[in-house]
Amino acid sequence: MRWEYRGNTLILGGGLTYRTIPAAYHSVFQSLKRHKPSEIDLGEVETIDSAGVAFLDEIHTRLASKGILLFKGARPEVQAVIDTFSSIKLPVPIPQRSMGWFEKLGDDALNAGQNIYQCLLLASEIYYFSLVGLISRKGQRKGSFVQQAVLLGSQALPIVALLSFIIGFILSLQSAVQLKNFGANVFIADLLAVTMVREMGPMMTAIIVAGRSGSAIASEIATMQVTEEIDALRMMALNPIRYVVVPKFHAISLVMPLLVAFSILVGEIGGGLIAIGYLDVSLPTFVQRSIEITTLKDLVVSFGKSTVFAWTIVIIGSFFGFQVKGGAEGVGKATTASVVASIFAVIVLDAIFSLLYL
Amino acid sequence: MSQALISVRNLVAKYGERTILNDISVDIMPGEVAVILGGSGCGKTTLLKNILRLQEPFSGSVKFWGDEVLQMDEPSFSGILKRVGMLFQNGALLNSISVYENISIPLELHTKLPEEIRDRIIRVKLSLVRLAEAIYKYPSELSGGMKKRAALARALALDPEILFCDEPSAGLDPLTSAALDELILDLRKQLKMTIVIVTHELASIHRIADRIIFLDGGKMLFNGTLEAALKAGIPEIDTFFRVGRF
Repeated sequence: MRWEYRGNTLILGGGLTYRTIPAAYHSVFQSLKRHKPSEIDLGEVETIDSAGVAFLDEIHTRLASKGILLFKGARPEVQAVIDTFSSIKLPVPIPQRSMGWFEKLGDDALNAGQNIYQCLLLASEIYYFSLVGLISRKGQRKGSFVQQAVLLGSQALPIVALLSFIIGFILSLQSAVQLKNFGANVFIADLLAVTMVREMGPMMTAIIVAGRSGSAIASEIATMQVTEEIDALRMMALNPIRYVVVPKFHAISLVMPLLVAFSILVGEIGGGLIAIGYLDVSLPTFVQRSIEITTLKDLVVSFGKSTVFAWTIVIIGSFFGFQVKGGAEGVGKATTASVVASIFAVIVLDAIFSLLYL
Repeated sequence: MSQALISVRNLVAKYGERTILNDISVDIMPGEVAVILGGSGCGKTTLLKNILRLQEPFSGSVKFWGDEVLQMDEPSFSGILKRVGMLFQNGALLNSISVYENISIPLELHTKLPEEIRDRIIRVKLSLVRLAEAIYKYPSELSGGMKKRAALARALALDPEILFCDEPSAGLDPLTSAALDELILDLRKQLKMTIVIVTHELASIHRIADRIIFLDGGKMLFNGTLEAALKAGIPEIDTFFRVGRF
């Protein structure tokens, strides 16, 4: 690209293209400030593309306000490209106004309120159709309960076992050193039983289920929503909650306490290894003390809260699934949001249970 | 005779043991609108994807502007791709960003143009595809036809010399489809582009094709003008045009 001034005329030449504009851009505009041309001669421009035309338009916009600016002498083929790509007559779009922080705070609060309302509405529907579903299986596919129980329960066993074993093992290991100092070796069984039954069993299982099954529920329903499968169910006169959510709700209500029981057992085994191997507690003593310290109330609260966690995970997963907007990206967002919200809700609920049933 | 812009020789494409394209040889000349057509599953999209290296062919040769691209290293092939635009079947807009940002991506990453120039180019390209009002919208807020036009604006961002379109009319009503065809022809005239279109929409073929490349069962049955194809007496082509599609 070439440029020079002859009197009040800026003469542009060569190629005005994507490749040449960036290098010349700032120098040309610097020179325009000094020379203030009244016309621009394009007679020597050989090639031009949309970047070149945008460059001419930018010159026009900046200088036209300071006086009449004339483009002249362009070859027909160059003029045709200018006519095609000129942005001079296009309206400048107004960007969407972004909210101020106070406005955004209010907007977020309103949205949160609406979401909680929608979630409660969905929860009420799920509870209603789950109760109805206990009496009548109408609107559900045969075998869906068993299928979901396998998916949400049996297939989660390996990961629950592995993590519970590690938690029981670490818990005992950390406590063992302190207990040994005081000669209170045998109390490892008490500590482990209370911790696993009351807290770690239900909570760790719920977090694993939220990450594994909650995300699966959210992504499944969100995908069905995006691909119009939910609408298709409605058009077949089937209630999507009854068809999709209720089997999951029933299945998780059954398998969650079982998973927690399994988690407690495996955690006890992991901790028992330390008790027997490191603290020289005998197996019968360990088992006896573990049983003695565990009260019926502990077990009822443990399984009770695990069921509440399970329901929360299904409701939150379903809520984010049904609320999905957009395409594949929306599915990802719904899944992530469901996992975060489920884990948050599980921890908050666990704190409430701990306060209520100390 | 001018040199072919794209030259495909003895191209073979396979999925596992199954042969999808069998010995395809074709030249695309500058400034023409070449339509690759045939029934569903005949290998049209596979041919397009193999030419553009979106899929690796089993064997054969593909040349752009006389340069073999199948063995080309990535940086050199990137140089070729900057001169090429592609309109995907479903638009393939990036959903997480606005239409403006979608068109801005190639301009930002492949040029050093100042922001005000990029902004003008984006507005012009959207205006060319008659979608100026959707500039700050997100793809999820657009209809199917609007998504296609936004994707076309993105494909045109760098003033490509060759535009590939994979079933641009698919899923559009006849009026929108005709408008899109008109738009493509208009752009070809204004930008002097070479256009390669995959389609099986008969109305589109009649409107836009300078030349047709007819595929059937992975083989090229015909390569020439539409008039010649209709007079060639090839049963598959006659059936295709008589019935509408396979």
